[in-house]
Formats: sequence, C-alpha cells, structure tokens
Amino acid sequence: MNKIQGILKERILVLDGAMGTMIQRHTLEEVDFRGDRFKDHKSPLKGNNDLLSITQSDIIKDIHRQYLLAGADIIETNTFSSTSIAQADYHLEHIVYELNYQSAKIAKEVAVEITKSNPENPRFVAGALGPTNRTASLSPDVNNPGFRAVSFDDLRIAYKEQVKGLLDGGADVLLVETVFDTLNAKAALFAIQEYFEETGKQVPIMVSGTITDASGRTLSGQTTDAFLISLSHVPLLSIGLNCALGAAQLRPYLQVLNEHAPFFVSAYPNAGLPNEFGHYDQSPKEMGVQMEEFLKEGLVNIVGGCCGTTPDHIRVIAEVAKKYKPREVAQHA
Amino acid sequence: MHRPLKLSGLEAVVITPGSNFVNIGERTNVTGSAKFLKLIKDDQFDEALSVALDQVRGGAQVIDVNMDEGMLDSESAMVRFLNLMASEPEISRIPVMIDSSKWDVIEAGLKCLQGKGIVNSISLKAGEEEFIRQAKLVRRYGAATVVMAFDELGQADTYQRRIDICKRAYDILVNQVHFPPEDIIFDPNIFPVATGIDEHRNYALDFFKATKWIRENLFGAHVSGGVSNVSFSFRGNQKVREAMHSAFLYHAIQHGMDMGIVNPTMLEVYDEIPKDLLERVEDVLLNRREDSTERLLEFAETVKGSAKKKELDDEWRKGTVEERINHSLVKGIIDFIDADTEEALQKYGKPLNVIEGPLMVGMNVVGDLFGAGKMFLPQVVKSARVMKKSVAWLTPFLEEEKRKSGKEGQAAAKILLATVKGDVHDIGKNIVGVVLACNNYNVIDLGVMVPAEKILEAAKREKVDVIGLSGLITPSLDEMVHFAKEMEREKMDLPLLIGGATTSRIHTAVKIDPVYSGVVVHVLDASRSVPVASELINQDTRGAFKARIKQEYVDLRKDHEGRQQLKNYIPLDEARKNRVKVDWSQVNFQIPTFTGRKELVNYSLEEIRKYIDWTPFFQTWMLAGRYPGILKDTVVGVEATKLFAEANTMLDEIVANKSLQANGVVAFYPAVNRGDDVKVLTDEDQPNATFHFLRQQNKKAQNLPNFCLADFVSPKEGQDYFGMFAVTSGIGLELLVEKHKANHDDYSEIMAKALADRLAEAFAECLHEKVRKEFWGYASDEKLTTDQLISEEYNGIRPAPGYPACPDHTEKKLLFELLDANKVGITLTESYAMYPGAAVSGFYFSNQNSKYFGLGKIERDQVEDYARRKGISVEEVEKWLAPNLSYDI
Repeated sequence: MNKIQGILKERILVLDGAMGTMIQRHTLEEVDFRGDRFKDHKSPLKGNNDLLSITQSDIIKDIHRQYLLAGADIIETNTFSSTSIAQADYHLEHIVYELNYQSAKIAKEVAVEITKSNPENPRFVAGALGPTNRTASLSPDVNNPGFRAVSFDDLRIAYKEQVKGLLDGGADVLLVETVFDTLNAKAALFAIQEYFEETGKQVPIMVSGTITDASGRTLSGQTTDAFLISLSHVPLLSIGLNCALGAAQLRPYLQVLNEHAPFFVSAYPNAGLPNEFGHYDQSPKEMGVQMEEFLKEGLVNIVGGCCGTTPDHIRVIAEVAKKYKPREVAQHA
Repeated sequence: MHRPLKLSGLEAVVITPGSNFVNIGERTNVTGSAKFLKLIKDDQFDEALSVALDQVRGGAQVIDVNMDEGMLDSESAMVRFLNLMASEPEISRIPVMIDSSKWDVIEAGLKCLQGKGIVNSISLKAGEEEFIRQAKLVRRYGAATVVMAFDELGQADTYQRRIDICKRAYDILVNQVHFPPEDIIFDPNIFPVATGIDEHRNYALDFFKATKWIRENLFGAHVSGGVSNVSFSFRGNQKVREAMHSAFLYHAIQHGMDMGIVNPTMLEVYDEIPKDLLERVEDVLLNRREDSTERLLEFAETVKGSAKKKELDDEWRKGTVEERINHSLVKGIIDFIDADTEEALQKYGKPLNVIEGPLMVGMNVVGDLFGAGKMFLPQVVKSARVMKKSVAWLTPFLEEEKRKSGKEGQAAAKILLATVKGDVHDIGKNIVGVVLACNNYNVIDLGVMVPAEKILEAAKREKVDVIGLSGLITPSLDEMVHFAKEMEREKMDLPLLIGGATTSRIHTAVKIDPVYSGVVVHVLDASRSVPVASELINQDTRGAFKARIKQEYVDLRKDHEGRQQLKNYIPLDEARKNRVKVDWSQVNFQIPTFTGRKELVNYSLEEIRKYIDWTPFFQTWMLAGRYPGILKDTVVGVEATKLFAEANTMLDEIVANKSLQANGVVAFYPAVNRGDDVKVLTDEDQPNATFHFLRQQNKKAQNLPNFCLADFVSPKEGQDYFGMFAVTSGIGLELLVEKHKANHDDYSEIMAKALADRLAEAFAECLHEKVRKEFWGYASDEKLTTDQLISEEYNGIRPAPGYPACPDHTEKKLLFELLDANKVGITLTESYAMYPGAAVSGFYFSNQNSKYFGLGKIERDQVEDYARRKGISVEEVEKWLAPNLSYDI
C-alpha cells in the first residue's frame, strides 16, 4: 500500500481529466443509458453517467485507456454520483454497491492492462467519492435556516456502502472529491475510517475540496485554511483542490495548502472558467502554461484536470509535470 | 517545540505558544446564563442566536454552547442551536466548544460541525474503557477535547490528585488513542475559595501549581477552566468578584493557563484593582495568611455595590447640579447625565424647568463656543447626544405633566427636515438637525426619500415654522423646484431652507426662488442654519430678512443672465470635429481576463480601508484642511486628531464585527465607439446596449480638444473593451445606525454614515486598482502609494454617471441592467440615486489618453441630438441635465 507514497516522494503524479466531457462526445441517448438491463426501469436514466459503467462499460473503459495513454498515473472511477443519496434521483439506490464495484473493476482492468505494457510505471485506480447533491451544514430553505436536507448519519451510511463497493472492485486509493461542504467530507472520512476499522482493510485517502469563487471559500463558507484544519484529523495521503476554478485562479489557494498541509498536495482545476455558454474552452496549451506556474513554484505533488479537460489536456500537463520536482512535505507543517 | 492547536469555524484559529490567552465565550450556556436558559426554554432561538453574536462581537475566539438543563431536551436543543449558528456566517466564523456532561449530546453536536471544534468534556469518570471509546470518536469527528481532572473516585481537588489524573489521562490519550497532544486541553477544576472551609484554602494555589506542572510535564497539552467559579462565595459583590477574577486569571496565566471560559464584562483590569483589595484577594488565592478569608470578607463589606466606576478626574463632580450638567454638555460626557437630570428634576420640580434651565444654559454655552469657533462640529454633536439623553430621561415626566394639566407646554419653534424624494443621502441633513436642536429648535426629521405631499402634509399637521430640504444628487434639485411649486399652489408661506451638496445659491436664486412667493434661502452649511432659522422665526426680523433675501436673489438672477451672454459656445458639429485624437493603430489593446460580469460579495473591509481618502471625511464634519496635515493644524488639529481616532475605533469595530458588508460587481464587454456613443457587445440577449455621452461645447484654446468620454474607446470593431462597476459598503448600515438612534446618539450615527460613505469610495478605488492590475490587467506592473492613488496618478479613468464628465444620471439605468447590480444589493431610486446611499458606480476606460474633465454647459443643438440618440423627448433631457444647460428653460 505504500507504493504510491514512495513514488510521490520521487515525482509528480498525474491524475486523469474529466469523465463527463468525454462521455458527452458520444452523444448518448436514453436507450444507450438504459442498455438491455434497465430497458424497463420506471424513471428516465439519461444523464446518469455513473450507470454507463454497467450499461456501456466499453465506452468508459476506453476513456480510462485514453487518459492512461495520455500519461495519467491515476484514473478516477466513474462513481462521482454513486451514492444512494445521489442515485435516489434515478430510483437506483438498490444498485449502488454494484455501480461502485463495477466502476472500480473496469478501471482496475484497464490500469492493470496499461501497467503490464510498462511495469516501471505502475498505474493506480482512485475510487471517487463525490459530494452528493445535498449539504449537511447548509439549509436548502432560506426561511428555515436550521433545517438540513441530509444528516451526518445519512451521509455516513451512504458513503460506507460506496466505500465497500469501490474497495471490493479493486480501487487502490480513495478520493473524497469536489468537497463543497466540509461536513459532507467529514462524514465520508468517518465512514472510511469506520470501514477500515471493521474490515482491517486500509488504502491511502485523498481529499480534494472546491473553492467556489474568488471569495476564496468553499460553498459552505470555509477558507482554505479552515478547510485544511477541519480535515487534518485523518492521516491523508493528499489534500488538494479541484473544480470551479481554472488553474490561474486556483493558485493562491494552493499556496495556502503548500504552506500548511502536512500531506501531499493535489490540484486538478477546470479548463479555465466557463464561457458565456457554460462551456470550458481553455486549450491544452493555455492550461499547461497556467499549471506550469505552480509546478514551477513547487506547490503540488499531484496534478490533473477537472471539468472541460480531455486526454489532450492531460498529455500537456503530464509533459509539463515531468520537468519539475514534487513539493516537499514538511514534517511539522 | 509545541505544535499549535489548530481549530476552525469558517475561518482558522491557530493557537501557538506565543498566542495570547484564548477567551471562550460563555453566555450561550444554559447553566451559566439565566437569560439564555429562558430564551431556549421559551423557544426563542432567534434571540438566543443574538446572544451568540454578541459573544463573537465581544471578542470571543471560541464559543461555548451548553444545553444541560433538566427541563430541556438537551440533544435536540444542541442540534437546533448549532445548525442555526451555522447559518450565521458572523457567528460560525469561530470554532464551537460543545459543552455537555452527556456524551449523547456531545456526539449529536459533533455531527453538526463542519469545522474543528472542541469537546467539553470527557474524563476518566466512568473508567478507562469509556474514556478511550469517547476519545476515539472525538478524534474521528475531527475535534479537540477538554479533559476534566475527574476519575472513578471523583473530581480532583488537591494538587497531587490533579496531576495524577491528568498524567494518567494524557498517557492513555497519547499512547493508546494516538490523540495529538496539542489537541488535549486539561481542565484541572477551578473551585470557590474563601468559603470559610479549611480544606478549600489551597484550591486556587493548587490549581496554579497543577497548571504549571501540566504545562511542563504533559508535552503540548493546554490548560483551561471556568474562571467565575472561583469567586462563588462573593455572589452579589461585583467589585470583589471582578477583582478576584482578574487576579486569578493573572496568576493562572503566569502559571501557564492558556484558555479559559471568562465573562469579559466581569473583569477588572489587574493594574486597576485598588492595592488594598488586591492584597487581600491575593492573600486568599495564594493562601498567604491564616486570616486571609476574614480580611477579604471584612473588606468586601466596605466596597459592596457598584464596580468598575472610574474615579479619575472627577473633581468636577463636586460642583452644583447646574455646574455638573453644564460640564457634561460642554465636554460631551454621557455617563452621569441621567443621575444629574434626576437631581435637577428634584430641585426644579418641573421637567420643563430643567430643560429651559440648566440644559438650555449649557447648550447656549455650547452654541456660543461653536459660533466663536472654539468648539467644532464633532464636539457639538457629542453635546447634543448628552442633551438628547437628558431629554429622553425627562420625557415620561413631561408626558405625565401634560396629561395632568391637559395642555401642551409652550412649544419651541418647529423645523421640519427631509431629504427629498429619490434621494437617500442624509449625513448633512442630520448634522443640521443636531445643530438646530442644540439651539433649542424642535426638529422633526422625516428621513430620506420623502415625497413632496408627505412633507407638506407633515408641515401642516405639525404646524411647523420652517421647512428644510436636503439633497445630494442633481435630480434632487428638480424635486426641490417641484416642492416649491407645490407650496405655492397650496398658498403656503412658510420659509423654505435649501441645503445639500448639489444645491447652490445660484440654483436657488434662478430656479427655486422665482416659483415661490414665500422666502426660500440657500443654507451653505450647518453652522449657517441657526442664524438663518432665528432670523426667519423671530417676528421682528422676519419681514426685513425676507425682503433682503428676495432682493439678493433677484440681483443674482440678473447677474447670471448677464454672464451667460458672455459665454462662448461652438456648434455641436464643430465640437465633434475637435474631438480627442487618438492614434488607434499605436494602441496596445489589452483584453480583460474575463468578459461579462463578476460579483465581489462580502469584500474584505480590512483591505478596503487601506484605500480611504480621509480629506472628504473631515469636510463632512466641517473641519477644513487636507489629511494628514489637518491633524497638526493649529486651529482644528486637536479636534481633528480626536475625531480621526474615534473614526478609526469605530472602523475597527465595523471591520472586526463585519457590521457593514461591502459588495460590488464589475463587468467588461467588447465595445466600439460610434460618434458620441459607446456600443457595448454583450450577448444575444442585449445586442444593442449603447451608452450615450456628452461633448464639451465651450470654445477651447488652440490644441485643446472638446472632450467626450466616447472618444476614449476605439471606433474599430473587435479591438477595444469597456468596463463598468458598482460597489457599496452600506449593506448593514441601517441596522448599525438603528442602534445609535435608539441611544439618541447622533454622533455615532453620523460617524457610521460618514465612514460607510468613505468605505464605498475606498472600495471603488481599491476595485479600480484591481481592475487595472488584474481583472483588465492593462497596468499589471503599476505601483502607486495611497497618496498617488488619491491624486489619480494612474492610467485610465472611472467616471461616474451623474458627475462632471457624464452628468446624466439616467445612464445608470443601462449600467445597472448590464451589471445586474441588484444581485449584489445595489438598486436605483426613481431619481437614479443608488441605494444603499454608500455606493459608487461608473465606467472604466483604459485608454491612456483618457482623463477626467467637466462637461460644462451644453447648447440646445446637443440637447436635441442627445434626445434623438436616446429616443426620449427634449424636455426629458432638459429636465435631467438642467444644471448643464447653457440656456434657460
């Protein structure tokens, strides 16, 4: 299990890019999402990208493969919304374990396949735990600020089920990502630790938060500093930031993590900020230039891409990352 | 080296060995605060939340929440309160201490905290196994913890028991649970002393010694405790309790206590504890003499009662009641006025006699000093605050008297003040109100945005003697004319006073005076309001004064007409030929880092304040001179320095408490120049956004262009950009001001408003710099000092609609639409004044030829052309641009 830690001391590792952006290229329809198995499911399934791990596993495997060939060391499972809480929208709570298991399994298959071709360069699968679509420390009802649409325990139970599926399917690390409410992440980490304790299994844990805008805060209002402190009770492999911002906007917050985090630091920004149509149009080259800024400063250990990034982006990022030394983790930061 | 204790709410709190003592707010504790308990019991959670807010504003760095009360469902009360706290960013900024003796309540609380809080507490009370289980969970929920010096045998009450239990707990936590030592906070039990029981004599001393031992031997751990316990035997004797708390804290901190639950309002400053009291208190705390308890009790008998009253400089308190009231008024001292008023009422019998006696005498002294330039406005406003407080104290007696006698008292002259419809500015009006009130006028203030009919109605109902109108923006001038016409129509003949930043003697003479047969007087500033009002109200002088003013205005009008003919204007097309010539092929166009809008919500006030230009602030208070020179001015220097210090104190509070919110929005769009217009290419929704600008028409010396803002944008498509912004720092001001209003505190009210205005201007300056260096980035290497900023030594300008370069306020409509400014809380009134009033908006031009200029007067040809371009009537344009017309309408 310490393999990835060892490599991280040597060099900067590369995470993959966006899954959604790549799936969109296939312009899939309702029937494609359903496949044979869910052809009679009672509610619409189009847009449930995680389900494609079961119904269109070849497409997902191919996307994983493209990212690995572009130079990604770590690929994320297609499980951003694979919790009973998020799948409730599709009435698919009952297949959550299977979703996670299958997603981890196919990712692992591709990772093993590529690793075989070059054993010097082992590839890893990160089991992705998304934020769910509910917040534990914010009320969705402005007239009732004390109300919560989801409790810590609801989240803890849902995440635990997801963790079991991901680890059974073969994930090498767990990645709690796109954290916009730190309390949700705390519930995920609680579930993971509880699961480790109960089963004796253990894998490294990565966390990646989301600074929503130039206010420098998460959606739930925390500064980067406070976010780091709130999650440092867990011995993490890495902590970092992803989504919402482009590489250039992310830099000041990475500096905060660089200064204070006693863990490795990761960054996988969006391909710039969305344009007027909500699309991300930063070119691989532009993004590479911006990311080089903080690679040069030695702020990070793991880099990759979030919304709008493609294998072409990852290829450029991987090439740039090669040129720089990883950030050194201070013992008593 | 100790690792710091790191905690978090929405923001980080890091406690290092070098940190000051950490103050834990303790009023949100049902066991310690009867008021808080009652609120929770009565289900008044909103009120309870304001208790938490007070704690944060009072400087608490961690907030303790305790719901342990037999009659409460503690668990659900804890969850509900913590969730509500989480919805208040100002409260949830700081970490929470979940305080309960019940584990279930603690665990339920931990499930509500996104930040890293503190559990208070766990202990070995129920044995090691339960202690370990709880400690592991505390860690898993990501909190630090208080550990009570408590074991299976009970609470530690000796030095030895304290250190034994703490050592045992520490070893288990660090070695077995792998709890980080820096996250352990020991509470070695603070017990009451001077109880008369011999075993209690060493309680405080043992606590100090145990604290020292813990800090030296249990590496990294902290020490905390509930301080008020120590003085329990002196309940009811605030003075002794406050002294005990301070002395206890002093010694505890010396011994290494670094956190504590302390009520800051129950603390005396250690150095200010009278020596004899301190000696007796320390005898008790340090168990220095056999008879220490008796001696402290003895002393306590003599100092029962009021605590913390300063006895410094109170020689003046020995004078007669009249002298004392006079002193309070002149010095603006508010502390004794209620008691002195009461004494005066006993002496004078009737409340009115107090007002007309000592209070008026004192205010006359103030008025005289002010008139002679020996007192300055900030002092006068403070005097008025004392006066108001005294009158407020007397009011119930006045009412009672009125009720008994059944008749109204003899009324002082009444003056009605209002800021006109569409305008929200009122600092000047409030100052005038205060100054008039100081001079024994009964001021009725209708506030801001008051429609004409409401003013007229109030004037009739209240039978006022004078009406005063105020306004800051140019459209208010029109409203004032309208109001004067209404007075004429209603055949009123009350004197009308005109004041405010855009008003002028010439406008009053030319536009208002002719439409009203009564007397209308322009009042330049607050100090003139008193002599003008007194001449107008006094039956003997009234007639002559009116005749004199009327004649003065007739002369002014004549002079104005004569002057106009001397002015030299050129036709619009000629002016256009003489536009600013820019060689666009040489311009290095910079593309902004984003197009469309960007919101800046809750912008750092700390940052904004660095950009304040203080000179206008002193102008508001009628202190003349430039900052910082004014602080050393021989005439006003002393007062200016004092005012400046008080302004900064309030500013510190505003920043610390975030009582004002600064919001802004900025947007950039591709733009192209078309004649005197700037076309803005937004998106499909608004293809034809066009801003209309005006061109100078006065005849220029050679080589000087006839400026128009549109000249600063490139006429070639796809080249140039145009920016716009709106900022406010006035969100929250009403709430802030309300508090001062309730205290009859005009001084603080005016101060708060003046500061909000300064912050808005500073925000605009700060944002402009950000735009130049970052957002637009055309001057990314610019480095200027605040002084250079104030003197505008940068490239590019940010003119505001309604101001000299583009005086048309109506352009704000499109500006606000494109900015969607209401999304950040800034709206427009029907007169295009911005609300909140502490707001600035404008355009950004980046071209290095761009500069500020005054439009001056324009001719009818441009007015007609402008009306055509805007698609509105000539009359409409003339209405909005009245002050800029070269001709009369």
